[in-house]
Amino acid sequence: MKVKFGVVVFPGSNCDHDAYYSLKKILGHEVNFLWHKDTDLQNSDVIILPGGFSYGDYLRTGAIARFSPIMNSVISFAETGGYVMGICNGFQILLEAGLLPGIMLKNKSLQFVCKDVYLTVENRDTVFTKETNLNKKLKIPVAHGDGNYFADEKTLKSLIENKQIVFKYSSINGEKKESDNPNGSVMDIAGIINKRGNILGMMPHPERSCNPVLGKTDGVFIFNSLAKSILN
Amino acid sequence: MYKAKVLIKRRPSILDPQGKAVEKGALHLGLKNISNTRIDKYIEFLIDADEEKAAKEEVNLYCSKLLANPIMEDFEFELEKVK
Repeated sequence: MKVKFGVVVFPGSNCDHDAYYSLKKILGHEVNFLWHKDTDLQNSDVIILPGGFSYGDYLRTGAIARFSPIMNSVISFAETGGYVMGICNGFQILLEAGLLPGIMLKNKSLQFVCKDVYLTVENRDTVFTKETNLNKKLKIPVAHGDGNYFADEKTLKSLIENKQIVFKYSSINGEKKESDNPNGSVMDIAGIINKRGNILGMMPHPERSCNPVLGKTDGVFIFNSLAKSILN
Repeated sequence: MYKAKVLIKRRPSILDPQGKAVEKGALHLGLKNISNTRIDKYIEFLIDADEEKAAKEEVNLYCSKLLANPIMEDFEFELEKVK
C-alpha cells in the first residue's frame, strides 16, 4: 500500500523536488506535484508545503503564497482533518494562513543558517512522530534565514498545555543550550502541531534526511510515522 | 537632539518586484481595484545635534551615501526637535 502525497509548487519553492524524490524514489510512495494556481488536491492523503522562497519572501515569508488559489483547498482539506505538513517556508506559510499559531522572525544571528541540527521529539503521540524512538535525537538539516519562531505568552502556554510543541532544537545528547538553537526561536521550538493533530509545521528539512548517501536518514522516522498512521 | 523621519522611494521608472509580487496576493485575495503597488522604505533615527542646519547636513549625507542610492531612489525627510 502506498500513501499519496501532494507536493505544492509555489513560485519560488525550491525543496519541492527534494520532497518528491525522497518520498517517491527513496520511500516508494505515490507523489504528485500540485501547481499553486490549481485548486485540485488530486485526492492526496497528505499535502506537503515545501521549503523555498515563495514569492521571493516579499512582505513577510509566506505572506503572499498564503493567498495562492491552491491554499483555499489546502485550508479546507486541513479543516476537515486532512494531513498537512509545512516544511521551512511551508511552515511559514501555515503560520501566515493561520493554520498554526505564532510568527517567524529573522534569525537572531541575522545570518542564513544551513547546517545539520539535532532535535528532541517532545511529543511522540502524534501521527508524525509515532515511529520515533524515545531516546533518539533526530539529525536533520536546517536552511533558513527566518526561523526564529515567536509567539506571545498566552499562545506558548496553550502550546505547552496541549502538547503542541513537537520538536525542539538540542545538542546531540538532548541538552538545550543556546548554542544548539540555530535561530533564537522561543523555547527552542523547531516544530509545532495544531490542536487537532493533523497539521505539522517544522523548520528542519526531513526530506533532506532520507537518503543514506547523504549520511543521515532520520527524516524517514517522520514520514514513516505518517505513512503507518494513514495505512492503519 | 533631533529625530529624522526618512522616506525612500524607488524612482517611478524603476521596477519594484516586491510591489508586483505583493499585488498578485491582492488579486488572489479578491481585490480587483488595486494597481501600482510600490513598497518603499521608511526609516527613523536620532541625531545628536544642537542646530537644525547641522542635523540636516548629517541626514543628507546619511541618506545620499548609505540609506538611498540616488541612481534609483529619491529620498525626503522631516526633522523634529526632541529632548
